[in-house]
Amino acid sequence: MSFLELKDLRIHFPTDDGLVKSVDGLSFSLERGRTLGIVGESGSGKSVTSLGILGLHKGGRARISGEIWLDGEELVGASQEHVRGLRGKKMAMIFQDPLSAMHPFYTVGEQIIEAYRIHNDVSKKVARKHAVDMLGRVGIPQPERRVDSYPHEFSGGMRQRAMIAMALSCDPELLIADEPTTALDVTVQAQILDLMRDLQRDFNAALIVITHDLGVVAELSDDILVMYGGKCVEYGTSEDIFERPEHPYTWGLLGSMPRLDREPTERLLPIKGSPPSLINVPSGCAFHPRCAFEERTAGRAKTEVPELLETEGGHLVRCHLTRERRRAIWENEIKPNLEAS
Amino acid sequence: MNEEPLLSVQGLEKHFPVTKGLLKRQVGAVRAVDGISFDVMKGETLGLVGESGCGKTTTGRLITRLIEPTGGTIVFEGNDISHMSQGRLRPLRRDVQMIFQDPYSSLNPRHTVGAIVGAPFRIQGIKTEQGTKKAVQEILELVGLNPEHYNRYPHEFSGGQRQRIGIARTLALKPKLIIADEPVSALDVSIQAQVVNLLEDLQSELDLTYVVIAHDLSVVRHISDRVAVMYLGKIVEIADRKGLYEAPMHPYTNALLSAVPIPDPKRRKERDRIRLQGDVPSPLNPPPACRFHTRCWKAQDICRQVEPPLLTLAPGHQAACHFPENAPSGSAAAAPQEPAAAPAD
Amino acid sequence: MVTYIIRRLIWAVVMLTIVSIITFGIFFLVPRLAGATSESLAARYVGRTASAEQVKIAADKLGFNDPLIVQYGRFAKGIVAGADYDYGPGVEHCPAPCFGYSFLTRLPVWPDLMDRLPVTLSLAIGAAVIWVIAGVATGVLSALRRGSLFDRAAMGVALAGVSLPIFFTGIVSLVVFSYGTPFRITAPGGSFTPFDENPAMWAYNLILPWITLAFLYAAGYARLTRAGMLETMNEDYIRTARAKGLSERRVVVKHGLRGALTPILTIFGLDLGLLLGGAVLTESTYSLPGMGKYAIDAITNQDLPKVMGVTLVAAFFVVFANLIVDLLYAVVDPRVRLG
Ligand SMILES: Nc1ncnc2c1ncn2[C@@H]1O[C@H](COP(=O)(O)OP(=O)(O)OP(=O)(O)O)[C@@H](O)[C@H]1O
Ligand SMILES: Nc1ncnc2c1ncn2[C@@H]1O[C@H](COP(=O)(O)OP(=O)(O)OP(=O)(O)O)[C@@H](O)[C@H]1O
Ligand code: SF4
Ligand code: SF4
Ligand SMILES: [Mg+2]
Ligand SMILES: [Mg+2]
Repeated sequence: MSFLELKDLRIHFPTDDGLVKSVDGLSFSLERGRTLGIVGESGSGKSVTSLGILGLHKGGRARISGEIWLDGEELVGASQEHVRGLRGKKMAMIFQDPLSAMHPFYTVGEQIIEAYRIHNDVSKKVARKHAVDMLGRVGIPQPERRVDSYPHEFSGGMRQRAMIAMALSCDPELLIADEPTTALDVTVQAQILDLMRDLQRDFNAALIVITHDLGVVAELSDDILVMYGGKCVEYGTSEDIFERPEHPYTWGLLGSMPRLDREPTERLLPIKGSPPSLINVPSGCAFHPRCAFEERTAGRAKTEVPELLETEGGHLVRCHLTRERRRAIWENEIKPNLEAS
Repeated sequence: MNEEPLLSVQGLEKHFPVTKGLLKRQVGAVRAVDGISFDVMKGETLGLVGESGCGKTTTGRLITRLIEPTGGTIVFEGNDISHMSQGRLRPLRRDVQMIFQDPYSSLNPRHTVGAIVGAPFRIQGIKTEQGTKKAVQEILELVGLNPEHYNRYPHEFSGGQRQRIGIARTLALKPKLIIADEPVSALDVSIQAQVVNLLEDLQSELDLTYVVIAHDLSVVRHISDRVAVMYLGKIVEIADRKGLYEAPMHPYTNALLSAVPIPDPKRRKERDRIRLQGDVPSPLNPPPACRFHTRCWKAQDICRQVEPPLLTLAPGHQAACHFPENAPSGSAAAAPQEPAAAPAD
Repeated sequence: MVTYIIRRLIWAVVMLTIVSIITFGIFFLVPRLAGATSESLAARYVGRTASAEQVKIAADKLGFNDPLIVQYGRFAKGIVAGADYDYGPGVEHCPAPCFGYSFLTRLPVWPDLMDRLPVTLSLAIGAAVIWVIAGVATGVLSALRRGSLFDRAAMGVALAGVSLPIFFTGIVSLVVFSYGTPFRITAPGGSFTPFDENPAMWAYNLILPWITLAFLYAAGYARLTRAGMLETMNEDYIRTARAKGLSERRVVVKHGLRGALTPILTIFGLDLGLLLGGAVLTESTYSLPGMGKYAIDAITNQDLPKVMGVTLVAAFFVVFANLIVDLLYAVVDPRVRLG
């Protein structure tokens, strides 16, 4: 069994308007030392998944089913108290907006010390030294001094570094970063991405990076999972996803994105329409109202939910089109349009 | 080549006073925009890029005269509008429109789409009620919305559709110049592309001129003819798209381009990156002389003492640096500027 | 931080001066607007039997004909150095700090006030402790169990607490808890035992007023705390705290409550400040000899120097409480220190 394994995870929220199926049958696995990138549009269920793994929906309204196995332990059925003991120590998380994610009234040091001392029975002094070390490791200059600063006295990039130091303070084996650089400027984003890559190598943790920016995933991930409407629609190594993508939604994402590394194309190739409602998920293939190839499935896409099937060597795709047709479409219709005309 | 620019900005400045204490004593100023000059020709798109807080939005608000400049001039179609009174600005309000970043908060939730898009007609008293409805429906169709959406409210639309409503509103009065402040950054990737395409289509159909403000260098490259790079209230480089992206001269531009993550896993090892240290300094207290010197790997003493002027180093390509990259050899500016040539302030 | 404290202190002194000028001005102007002259004012000092001539001399000697600013200066000097009231037939000495001299009782105001102060202090501080603990605890529990039976019941009671006037709750509790009912816990008012004399009696005599007063305030604090907690518990930093693996209790108290505390602190400063100036209604309901009662009596007797003295002391407490709150603010919210 892999270090982290999700089996048919479902997270639904009952609301006044109906049942929100934020995550609807998600399965994947991840080994230590590897990085999984999860991409998808706003509302596709990325954050709900990550909070679900950490057990942070418990006690709320969420209905959770399926299995989450972390290092041989099942978490969905485990007691809240047990999962709480794992949080911060075995699995940790970095959030999007480091200003709002840190408590404004405590110093950065106090917050790191707190995280360290819940899981390690050490004196304040030892913990403080550890906090200083961690801040130094994530590249904060003069950590002995800055440990006593408040979050608002840090710049955006330094705050995100401090968040990372806090998450790594107990040497977690699973680290989830939810949009870790979305709130940052490009030059600072580049620093943080470098830092995360280096730290992951040093700590040998399993890393999940959640983002809507394909550039960020490409920089960090070994494997990529593309989510749409609460489901995985394509999964593969980053080469699979960027060089031989087989799902129409992934094609759409690639075509929507202007790229600096290529000659500029005349026009972008957007996906029509807008993301689906998670309450009234479209029948059959959830992507069918926006899919340019829907007619080629002879009506099946409207009625029948496609399964996530392997096409080759661990590359999974959820689409009714046959493997041959998908490859033909990619080679003849999509790929040529992505490169400059 | 000698036609008049539609918009010409010279030495534009905006300083926001910073006050302190009971008596609102002025203790300093945020030099949000600090002496920038550029021209925009009819029918072209000028991109304005830079990191957070470098003064992009302030520049946009100055050009639309939502705020009054502290110094410098703004000339639109040959008229100096820098300090024009609100009353005399009225015709300008039709000709120059702004699209805002946030499609959620910039639309009044209690007004129907028809009321929002039709408001400019009503305010300017141009059309009859019937005529307004017809005109609005035509515009809605133009931006890819269903004319039947006339009586719906903004909350019934998705983010991309709301941005379309915002664009429709600016188009109502057939403006000549549109300032788009981060028009797509709040939208999902797939929706971003729809809006970018829409802006391009509208430009060719309606003969519009754009100033597009964005922090996303890829988007800016895609839609701009020329691009200006801002750093701490100054333009550090301005050039046509090809020149700027293929042979960037200012070290900051090089660093920016190098920082953009490339969606190609194969390339991530090959790229030789430029990594800047630290963050953008505060505009309250910008570094003296070359403002980039605190983060520049090429900085020399002269950079800390003498402000580099924005010079034309290649045809249509200006940069403000003592040691520019990619400058054609033999060009006058390839050598460091003499201190006397550049008065420091 | 030090400059912040100094700035706040200076500000407090400025405020006090302004408040005293305004108070003095009002007590100078209002009687005159109501038709009083220097003579009719002076008449109260020399007694009803005095002749018009005597009154005129007294008015002159007491300085009632001087400009307002001079009179204020004399008054301010009295606070620092003491004052002598020369009304012609005799001189009354009012030692520093002189907050006025009552010619009705022939006593300086300040010592009187100092006699009353312990009562009001005991009442206000005791009640404050109760209402803060009860209000905040109820608010937190309500917020955490939003929509539960507890929440709805607590908020119902709180609504009643905010809306019912204090003499109503006061009299109801007086009737229920004293006057020989089975719930009798205290004697019906009128007595105050100083704390240093007998702490048990002190508390016993005050318990009813405390509860009555605390009930009124606790209701508001419960609602405020509940709203604040509901807001902070949705903050991103709460999610971070949970992600660190903190126990729920620690998340709520150390992270949630700390975030929700600032608005409560502000209101608390105002409330306590006002209350220290005299809990007028509670004191009269329970006939407690505090500053509120003193003020009411002074007003009833039209004893202007007393009214002014008590007003000034009350104003002082409001300014002082606000100063304390400002300083606490800086302790609670580090972002304030920069400002
Ligand atoms: N507590 C909740 N109650 C009801 N619906 C919820 C709740 N939490 C999340 N959702 C819904 O679940 C869906 C998925 O949300 P999620 O936050 O996972 O999206 P995301 O993929 O992270 O998007 P983004 O890129 O915008 O962060 C959304 O439609 C959201 O409205
Ligand atoms: N009304 C104002 N008063 C004081 N300072 C202001 C005001 N508006 C903007 N500033 C300051 O001026 C600087 C430039 O702001 P501006 O909004 O133009 O930046 P920007 O380039 O648009 O940044 P972003 O990418 O974050 O939108 C910032 O430091 C900002 O804090
Ligand atoms: S199943 Fe049909 S609609 Fe869905 S992605 Fe495949 S082709 Fe498109
Ligand atoms: S002038 Fe000097 S410091 Fe400024 S960008 Fe050029 S080389 Fe760097
Ligand atoms: Mg999210
Ligand atoms: Mg802006």
